Amino acid sequence: MITANQLVKTYGKKGGVPAVDQVSFSVDRGEIFGLIGPDGAGKTSIFRMLTTLLLPDGGTAVVDGLDVVSDYRKIRRIIGYMPGKFSLYPDLSVAENLRFFATLFHTTVEENYHLIRDIYEQLERFRDRRAGKLSGGMKQKLALCCALIHAPSVLFLDEPTTGVDPVSRKEFWEILQRLKTQQITIMVSTPYMDEAMRCDRIGLIQQGCLLSVDTPKNMIGAYPDDLFRVKAADMHGLLKATAANDRKTSGYAFGEYAHISFEKGTVTLTELRSYYSRHGFSDAVVEVSSATIEDCFIKFLSN
Amino acid sequence: MNIPAIRAEKLTKRFGDFTATDAITFEVARGEIFGFLGANGAGKTTAMRMLSGLSRPTSGSAAVAGYDIYKQTDLIKKNIGYMSQKFSLYEDLTVRENIRFFGGIYGLAHDRLRDKTAELLSRLALGGEADRLVGSLPLGWKQKLAFSVAVIHEPAIVFLDEPTGGVDPLTRRQFWSLIYEAADRGITVFVTTHYMDEAEYCHRVSIMVDGKIVALDTPYQLKQQFHAASMEEVFYRLARGAKRGD
Repeated sequence: MITANQLVKTYGKKGGVPAVDQVSFSVDRGEIFGLIGPDGAGKTSIFRMLTTLLLPDGGTAVVDGLDVVSDYRKIRRIIGYMPGKFSLYPDLSVAENLRFFATLFHTTVEENYHLIRDIYEQLERFRDRRAGKLSGGMKQKLALCCALIHAPSVLFLDEPTTGVDPVSRKEFWEILQRLKTQQITIMVSTPYMDEAMRCDRIGLIQQGCLLSVDTPKNMIGAYPDDLFRVKAADMHGLLKATAANDRKTSGYAFGEYAHISFEKGTVTLTELRSYYSRHGFSDAVVEVSSATIEDCFIKFLSN
Repeated sequence: MNIPAIRAEKLTKRFGDFTATDAITFEVARGEIFGFLGANGAGKTTAMRMLSGLSRPTSGSAAVAGYDIYKQTDLIKKNIGYMSQKFSLYEDLTVRENIRFFGGIYGLAHDRLRDKTAELLSRLALGGEADRLVGSLPLGWKQKLAFSVAVIHEPAIVFLDEPTGGVDPLTRRQFWSLIYEAADRGITVFVTTHYMDEAEYCHRVSIMVDGKIVALDTPYQLKQQFHAASMEEVFYRLARGAKRGD
């Protein structure tokens, strides 16, 4: 449904550091594909090239069989795009914004109402409120409705959950799962690593380069090291002891635990337990654990 | 020395008939890392603005670093640091100029500012970038520099408003080591975040829902109290019933 081939974008003078550096990936029909990486990694530039708002400096990309440069008019009719920044008309009401976007695409709200029913019902009681006066969560839901109202075949969502609290984030992902059942292809970006597990496939991105593309499960399965999780009453001290272990491949805080990794088969659970008790953490709980996407990301960064 | 860093009693702020912060009562001990959590629109920012002397409460009382938030706002501003993801540094000034600017604002003497600048550049390994414009630095470096500048005057308390939003996982952890170091030096840290793993790094955590503090304890005790496996679950249970958004 989407194919990017060696996409390059460089801002400023020629020969500068590229914002997007030979990025290639593909997204299948009906898939949720997540582009995951920190601010400044190049996520928005990729979105803007795929949505025909920015010309690539190199490489090609195809959306639903259409070229992003030569077929840009056709692409604009069949995609829905929700930019990272709120871009609706703040002085139009909820209902007016929705009707406006439907009209732009030569359709009506009624015709495609089935696509937005679930989401719009939560907005219904604010239908006459100006969009600029909505809460953050409600703005986000309205923006999604406006991006969906012309029944696009591909939906591009650029950081829809950034700065959104965990409860609203969870609700938003539940909405996306329901849209997936309507056969809409969804490409979404996020800086939150925990959202990776909700995608069918993900691409990890940092400084314009894709580090890896795979299903979250395969990516975790491919984590090369043995990973342990450790906790103790004095976590600050425990983290220092973790950092001081010179046999580790990595060691970092992960919520209530510290994660510490070693090359496969080089350290046993018993050895690690005695390491921590030697360092004064007789209460340390040491367990074998599996990696998270965040562990994988850190691993790619340190390679 | 036994005065708490922050003491708030029934602190309330109303805007017309809307109660943004509704009679919150809590204390933060010196040197504590205090996580101030809540859904969007729960009233966190309003509470932080009152505690930093920027907004006058409607009712209730509070003391920050021992100073009254009605009468001694100037003293409060001198004794706190503040950093947020949105505003932190001047992008069109160099690293060195930003340090000098903020050091000057906080009244550091010339010699002390020179020592602090050298110390800071070496601690952040930014020596080679001292004369680069801040706008051209990667976000992660900016955030670490912004934090260091916010505590350049060794304030009693530093307020951090979503300091790690959007930064990569390695930088997020480096940022937290800076927080731990500051707390070790006796600086009280008051931090908001949407990352629930970061709630675990706090000594105690409060959770606000619809203007009220509905839970306040150590992460361990909160998980026990709500029979939850993670802070994410604790948060979800409490904030799911929220009536309002931001």
